[in-house]
Amino acid sequence: MVRLDLTRYPWALSILRNRWPQFLLRAVTLAGFVFTILTGLFGSVVGSHNFAIIFVWIAWWTALKLFFIPFGGRSWCSICPIPMPGEWLQNGGILMPRGKGFGLNKRWPKALRGSWLQAGGFLLIGLFGALTLTSASVTAFVLLFIIVLAFVLSLVFERRSFCNYLCPIGGFTGLYAQAGPVEVRVKDAEVCASHAEKTCYTACPWGQFPLALKSSANCGLCMECLRVCPSDNIAVNLRPWGSDLGPKTKHRLDEAFLGLIMLASVLVDSAVFLGPWGQIKSAAYAIGSTPWFIFAGVFLFAALVILPGLYAGAVKLSMLMGSSRTTLRKSLAKYSQVLVPLGLMAWIAFTISFAFAKFSYVLPVISDPLGWGWNLIGYSNSAWVGQSTSISLLLQVVMLAVGLAWSSRVALRVSGTHRQALPLVTFSGIFSFSMLWLLIG
Amino acid sequence: MKKEFLARILVILFILIAVAIPFAGQWLFSRNRINTIELHARMPENGGWSIERIDAVVDEPIHLRMTSDDVVHGIAIGKSDLPGVDIYPGEFVETTFVFDQPGQYTFYCTRWCGPNHWRMRGTIDVSGEGRPLQPEPQPLFVTLDIDIDSPPIVETVPTEQVSAERGANFASLLPTYAIDRTTYLSTSPAVLWMRLRAESALFSLSDQDIWDAVAWIWQRQTTPENLENGQRLYAENCAACHGETGKGDGVMVRNNPVWDPGNHNMDKSSGSFTGEGFVRPRDSSDPKNLLGTSPALLEGKIIRGGMGTGMPYWGPIFTSQQIENLVSYLFNFAWGFTPNENLD
Repeated sequence: MVRLDLTRYPWALSILRNRWPQFLLRAVTLAGFVFTILTGLFGSVVGSHNFAIIFVWIAWWTALKLFFIPFGGRSWCSICPIPMPGEWLQNGGILMPRGKGFGLNKRWPKALRGSWLQAGGFLLIGLFGALTLTSASVTAFVLLFIIVLAFVLSLVFERRSFCNYLCPIGGFTGLYAQAGPVEVRVKDAEVCASHAEKTCYTACPWGQFPLALKSSANCGLCMECLRVCPSDNIAVNLRPWGSDLGPKTKHRLDEAFLGLIMLASVLVDSAVFLGPWGQIKSAAYAIGSTPWFIFAGVFLFAALVILPGLYAGAVKLSMLMGSSRTTLRKSLAKYSQVLVPLGLMAWIAFTISFAFAKFSYVLPVISDPLGWGWNLIGYSNSAWVGQSTSISLLLQVVMLAVGLAWSSRVALRVSGTHRQALPLVTFSGIFSFSMLWLLIG
Repeated sequence: MKKEFLARILVILFILIAVAIPFAGQWLFSRNRINTIELHARMPENGGWSIERIDAVVDEPIHLRMTSDDVVHGIAIGKSDLPGVDIYPGEFVETTFVFDQPGQYTFYCTRWCGPNHWRMRGTIDVSGEGRPLQPEPQPLFVTLDIDIDSPPIVETVPTEQVSAERGANFASLLPTYAIDRTTYLSTSPAVLWMRLRAESALFSLSDQDIWDAVAWIWQRQTTPENLENGQRLYAENCAACHGETGKGDGVMVRNNPVWDPGNHNMDKSSGSFTGEGFVRPRDSSDPKNLLGTSPALLEGKIIRGGMGTGMPYWGPIFTSQQIENLVSYLFNFAWGFTPNENLD
């Protein structure tokens, strides 16, 4: 398939290879992270007037889903500040390549590998989401907890273990980066085969070996391999969307689990935040109360029983319609790719539904980040509550339609026959129409 | 190594800037506000007013910079003409209060922020020279020894719509005590009706005629302006619980159990902070309830509150005239008069 290798352009190559541009971006995001924690802890308790709420849950969360992932795959991971303090120690410096510093450098336990914990983390976000998304101090504590956890883990375990196995956002971006238009790959496999040192693998904070990369899910686009390759054999490709999705890539059961958790989360978030049901909203908010336990029970039942049940049923049906003899486990893993475009487009549609309306809060919180009555850039009182316009509604329908068509196409590519794709397409259809009903209905 | 050093300096510098912004900003902004009191309004469940006692001096302005940490609140000073101010969540509003008489004032929330709204009160102690605030005289219910916790329920009520206008025709027949203000204050309409019914001079009048006469007696104790004022006060302060038409079905009490005379005493551990145990107010539009009640009893109820029912005490907030206007307005419910529509 067509690829455009950015490293062919000298200016692009020098930007990617030089540590400074990426370092400066990360230094700014790290300072922003610290600032966000401070505003969350000390700023106004009114969410719409607090930088932490608006920047984390409106600006960043929206940008991640509408910009970073669709146009850059895991590009956010390449400038994420969370692993930075830990890596400073691990590498013995900020601008240093991997592995000359401090830390026990243990391998992550085998039993905990895969996306299981990331999926679990995402479920937790969903269960406590109504509180986290509206309380600045809870947001600050969550951010603080995450950065401390990442730091402590980096002293015990090798490389970016937190990012690889624990970070829920890492799970989210990794899953959907498979559909993204950016990839790091080797230019010529022969060159790598004849290179005995594998400097790229040694340098990779993600523990990836570029020669073996078939999917972008676990590549954080940090460019360390590009910087150390003695043969200039690393390509940073722009590629058609969804290039990783097809019959050739290998997939694991935990990817299906992660994909299903994401589908359940976007359904529940749509119902809680956009639905007309005040009772669900207050139940989701009243953590620890009986209504919340009911909400949590229903959420977990949907995420762990209903959706997986429907998906497994569809995969089983698809198996029965074909002639190949594989196990259900393998098929569940293989078809998990169908969940990628389906979930990504649903998240985009969900985000569009509130992003336009809420983006007007961004300038006022820059003007008065702590909600203390400042007016730094003169925009403190300019927030208006936007309405869902017809363009936004139309866009949401289009995104869901694209998601359905795209996942159907992936189902067809993975299964090979229309008959076998049909159950998966039906599953995608049921999900897409549920989303449509929640967003538009 | 030089580059590494520069990078470390930059990281630390950026973080220092991030940390400095809130603290430096706080210092810079607070320098201009040395004499300003920052007051946060919160629902009582969330902590109420952040400051509940303010000390002030006569003729020296108090600058308040206020914000709400949850829902819309408002602030006003009881028994004063100082204009109230609304306080919106996350926004700051400033106001200045000046007191020309020493004494203790009550500031209170003016917006129905929740079931415990009325608990949002604080005091301003004003010291200094000047004529102190007049202490209120003892309320009538105390001097008359009226048990305001057991309001009577009467059986004799008008069978038709009463008319004060018709009642005015019988004015010349009425005994002097009937139009005396003391009688009005201390007697319920039902009791007065029974006394008049027993008057031999009024034998020729029908039961309904006497009800009309009583309604006229009640009406002549107030003025249209005072009634209007009473109606406004009722809409602002009472309707959220007592309901627009006095039925006791206001939005704040709709989930509470209906009032039961058997439960109406202060020994029960009802009226806890959460609002549990609160009951709906009784139906004031039912003549059986209100026509057995004297103005002194109603006045006492408003001054002292309901003790355990959730009814707040308004003594420190309303002036005697305001309470009198409210009482006059309340009887309209019992007479079945429709409230004036000319007030929005």
